[in-house]
Amino acid sequence: MARLTKIKTRKKGGATEILVLVNHPMETGQRKNKKTKKKIPAHYIQKMFFKIDGKDVADANLGPAVSKNPLVGIRVTGVKKGATVKVTWSDNKGESGKAQTTV
Amino acid sequence: MNTIRRRTFLKGSVATGFAAVAATSGLLRPTEVLAAAWPKSAFKSKKLDKSIKNLFGSSKVTASKAIKIKAPIQAENGAVVPLSVSTTLANVTAIGVFVEKNPSPLATSVDLPGATAFYSARIKMGKTSAIHVIVKSGGKLHVAKKTIKVTVGGCGG
Repeated sequence: MARLTKIKTRKKGGATEILVLVNHPMETGQRKNKKTKKKIPAHYIQKMFFKIDGKDVADANLGPAVSKNPLVGIRVTGVKKGATVKVTWSDNKGESGKAQTTV
Repeated sequence: MNTIRRRTFLKGSVATGFAAVAATSGLLRPTEVLAAAWPKSAFKSKKLDKSIKNLFGSSKVTASKAIKIKAPIQAENGAVVPLSVSTTLANVTAIGVFVEKNPSPLATSVDLPGATAFYSARIKMGKTSAIHVIVKSGGKLHVAKKTIKVTVGGCGG
């Protein structure tokens, strides 16, 4: 299932802030279904890669303790206007997603 | 409603705790984490210093005042605690965010091969706890702490 992945960039104090929002349940694996008493299986994003113009800038590890619909932000300096920001993520169930934008 | 869910969550975490401890203790040495691999042992660790060791290869940390944690002092909803970290330390290669009293302390971490020393995320907190932010700069680990009060726990939903 394709999940909505959004990137927003903005200037902040000489750096460019890259904010990524993924529509994802981030299930910890510790919640239980009240009716069936069964555990809801864990489902969360593990990796998130940030690339600018093909160059790795950040590589985030996420765990189940990251909130639902995670919003992750990093800052990069010296980004030119028009540069391509590419974000890819993958979760523990093998789902993945990506998004791309220009600064 | 949220309180009830939190109870079930706490019960559940005890049961899974045993299995995870058995898996992490003994057999696993502090693993060197490849850039592309998800540091599973660090995320599964139940103890703060062990988790730090599994992620960074060492649990020797020095307190630093150069790390700034921007987070609420009191979080109404533990499921969403906005957090942002910045530091004036030079040569920052990685940032790790640990919640001391979560079932697994490591919440998230980031390697920064080309970005500035800044990281923001929204994390879950089971209960009132100290947050440890560890910054790896020039091969050394620096830590800053901040206690956040949680009125409604977040890990159980």
